[in-house]
Amino acid sequence: MTRLSSAFAKGRPALVCFITAGDGDTAANLDALVAGGADVIELGMPFTDPMADGPAIQQANIRSLGAGTTTRDVLLTANEFRERHPDVPLVLMGYANPMVRRGPEWFAAEAKGAGVDGVICVDIPPEEDADLGPALRAEGIDLIRLATPTTDDARLPTVLSGSSGFLYYVSVAGITGKQQAAIDSIEAAVARLKAHATIPVAVGFGVRTPEQAAEIAKVADGVVVGSALVELVGEHGAEAPAKLRELTAALAQAVHSAR
Amino acid sequence: MTDLINSYRTMPDERGHFGQFGGRYVAETLMPLILDLEKAYRAAKADPSFQEQFDDLLEHYVGRPSPLYFAERLTEALGGAQVWFKRDELNHTGAHKINNCIGQILLAMRMGKTRIIAETGAGQHGVATATVCARFGLPCTIFMGKTDVERQAPNVFRMKLLGAEVVPVTSGAATLKDAMNEALRHWVAHVHDTFYIIGTAAGPHPYPELVRDFQSVIGKEARAQMLSRTGRLPDLLVAAIGGGSNAIGLFHPFLDDPEVKMLGVEAAGYGLDGDQHAASLLGGFPGILHGNKTYLLQDEDGQITEGHSISAGLDYPGIGPEHAWLKESGRVDYTAVTDDEALEGFQLLCRTEGIIPALEPSHAIAAVARIAKQMPDDAIILANLCGRGDKDIFTVADKLGVEM
Repeated sequence: MTRLSSAFAKGRPALVCFITAGDGDTAANLDALVAGGADVIELGMPFTDPMADGPAIQQANIRSLGAGTTTRDVLLTANEFRERHPDVPLVLMGYANPMVRRGPEWFAAEAKGAGVDGVICVDIPPEEDADLGPALRAEGIDLIRLATPTTDDARLPTVLSGSSGFLYYVSVAGITGKQQAAIDSIEAAVARLKAHATIPVAVGFGVRTPEQAAEIAKVADGVVVGSALVELVGEHGAEAPAKLRELTAALAQAVHSAR
Repeated sequence: MTDLINSYRTMPDERGHFGQFGGRYVAETLMPLILDLEKAYRAAKADPSFQEQFDDLLEHYVGRPSPLYFAERLTEALGGAQVWFKRDELNHTGAHKINNCIGQILLAMRMGKTRIIAETGAGQHGVATATVCARFGLPCTIFMGKTDVERQAPNVFRMKLLGAEVVPVTSGAATLKDAMNEALRHWVAHVHDTFYIIGTAAGPHPYPELVRDFQSVIGKEARAQMLSRTGRLPDLLVAAIGGGSNAIGLFHPFLDDPEVKMLGVEAAGYGLDGDQHAASLLGGFPGILHGNKTYLLQDEDGQITEGHSISAGLDYPGIGPEHAWLKESGRVDYTAVTDDEALEGFQLLCRTEGIIPALEPSHAIAAVARIAKQMPDDAIILANLCGRGDKDIFTVADKLGVEM
């Protein structure tokens, strides 16, 4: 069993927490997420052109790149995280260009070496899988794909083919941040996805509060929270770890006891 | 490799690839839309009534065919090859951009879309989009970097007069690529009713193909006009390249004429030796941005860098994927021209021909000036005059130290 599949096999829904690498004291922030009870960590790779992200994560990308964060820094952050937390699954999330710049094989090998379990690439759909998928699979890294409200039943098998770890359901047609999907639409979508998927289904985009997270955890295998955490990093700087730990603990409590 | 290719006009393949370039690198939310758009475009292409409607609007609304003009005094001044211009600056709205906007809005209406969005840099594509939206009564939102909103005030006012909403984009450097990011973000959140009119032959498949097809009217007309006026094809085609839509529109109908050489002219800004230029092909590396794989200005980590050019229409850090392929296949040559050279080309055309060109084709004119004298006087150069210079007179005055 991989670290990722273990995280979804605890007999309760999993909490997946996202922050952007290089934004604030990333090591301390990541430790706070783990201490708060996050089951899976998503570490955002900063990019100059985050086309699928709303203002909160855009700002985090700008802060990170402004501080001089490089791809090697992100990989080093992952590697140090792995040394401190041998059992917590770590997923890199980002955009295609920084992942393929030195060749997908380079990226996959470096990520593997840093103890990364999975990769989410926003702008490589299944149709262009050759640019990244084979390299990741050769290293045994899960390629986690996104499904959205526009992904219909006819297309779902294409999305699922070659994806592993979990399926990330983007609950709103939109960007990361404040829009929220109605819970009954999420429920229907998750039921539809689970009819096709043999991997766990986690739901994200617009999930901000423990109350929302609990509602979603009633129907999904996992809940992803990003922008709300990233905003805390932006607002509180060096004080962010305590705030992150507090929100993560409340989210974890809500998600873990939802069913 | 060149010898093995029977035709240069069969691209892209069924997956939208031009060799290793092009493709569909978009978020999953957009993927089903892109596939729908492709289906709709295939159906439109096969429907003679679509082509008729397009041709009719180009003739009676845009004012096509645009003239093919022998620039006699410029030819004399340069001393060498004959210089001819395709006069796309005489189109309604003053540039080639309108050709594509007519095609895309017809496609949008065919697909039952009720709102239009677009990105714009200098504002030419924004004005052309606002124009066709007014013509067909569709609401229109234009995303424009805040920096460009400030430098291109007259075009912002034009768009507003035409009824468009102009949204200033403050993210990143607040220029064209950021406007495109914001348009994509908006599109993802309004997928059901909104059509995105992309302004250049780039973005996810099928955009590079359909923009090229709509702009190919330039090359089809020019080819027929040249044959009828001179009885032969030109020796060299020259066009400026930002995203590359006017150039691919001129080049594509000639790609299988082996005797016709082609030259794309990128913006070298302050020079290719520094990083203040917008020459993606000559100074960039292949990568993935805005839905396609192509040459990009980027650093060693794949972060996109900001282009610079005196011409706001050329300072985009990418290039249409078909140009990336034409460069690699060797069919088209690419060069670059600095801000200063473009400024000289601009003034040269004003004085020798009584035509005030936009700064974009001024790059092509500068390249022509460089090459014409090296060619015999019975050789023919055909350059695309893709836009007029009214919008640029303030920039030019500023560079020449003139107070207006």
